[in-house]
Amino acid sequence: MNTWIAIGVTAVGCYAVKLAGLLVPAGVLERPLVKRLAALLPVALLAALTAQQTFADGRALMLDARVAGLAAAALALFLRAPFLLVVAAAVVVTAGVRAMVGETGRWGGETSAVSQWAGRTP
Amino acid sequence: MTSAGSGLSLLQTCALSLLVFTGASQFALVGALAAGGNPLTAAAGAFFLGVRNAFYGLRLSQLLALPRAVRPFAAQWVIDETTAVALAQPTRRSIRIGFVVTGLSLYVLWNLTTLLGALGAEALGDTATWGLDAAGPAVFLALLAPMLRTGTERAVAGLAVVLGLGLLPVLPAGVPVLAAALAAPAVLFVEGRRESRKGLR
Repeated sequence: MNTWIAIGVTAVGCYAVKLAGLLVPAGVLERPLVKRLAALLPVALLAALTAQQTFADGRALMLDARVAGLAAAALALFLRAPFLLVVAAAVVVTAGVRAMVGETGRWGGETSAVSQWAGRTP
Repeated sequence: MTSAGSGLSLLQTCALSLLVFTGASQFALVGALAAGGNPLTAAAGAFFLGVRNAFYGLRLSQLLALPRAVRPFAAQWVIDETTAVALAQPTRRSIRIGFVVTGLSLYVLWNLTTLLGALGAEALGDTATWGLDAAGPAVFLALLAPMLRTGTERAVAGLAVVLGLGLLPVLPAGVPVLAAALAAPAVLFVEGRRESRKGLR
């Protein structure tokens, strides 16, 4: 239900701003400060979202295979790879690191095998 | 596909594409919901990402010169791609054709791929095993990278990362992203003061 509320609010809001742009008189948005701010707001939001989705799980900060995936994406971007290749690089590297490091791909998260082994020895 | 990977149902994923139809906002909403954000703050983040479409609309309304009655129907297609195509056209006739063709084909393709992606993700099961949880941030990074042209943009991005991660354990979910948006006015303010000080000398 909560998800539907979020979808509804986003749909109405996003449509409203699209329509507003077509209807608003040019003068209001042409002011240089408003223009600068509008260009910088997406930069701030995207940077924060990228960082959170790479280094956080819920509200806890952590390092896992996603960091390697994002590093691969950054390298692909630096090499001017097309959009889909950038995303594919992140996905493939993340999955690869997870397959190598273990199920979760979380460093420090494989104590189970060690503790099992430790429990078996007298 | 990212969306279905973060707990939205097939119907919700498709409704999002049909109704919102602006990629960055959709990804932002899904990301914030997946991070356990409250629906209103998640929607607020997505809304801010959609605000740039208002600036596109402003430019397009001059170029397209649409009658008022048609504008509510054209509005849903005011996005990055249609603006880019329309701006590249030489005459009003080709601007209008470019806008309609790009808008229609993207709308159909975007919603078809959303359906296929959501179906595919359901078939895959645990998307984390396939590394699909890295697709969201990679998309954001790819959208962000071309925006980081000058020191100002980089300062805003750096400050936003620090705010977004630093406040995450302290504030309720979804709020840190909004707080990180303050990086934009903060950097503009510091820059403005520096320039006025230069002016005094």
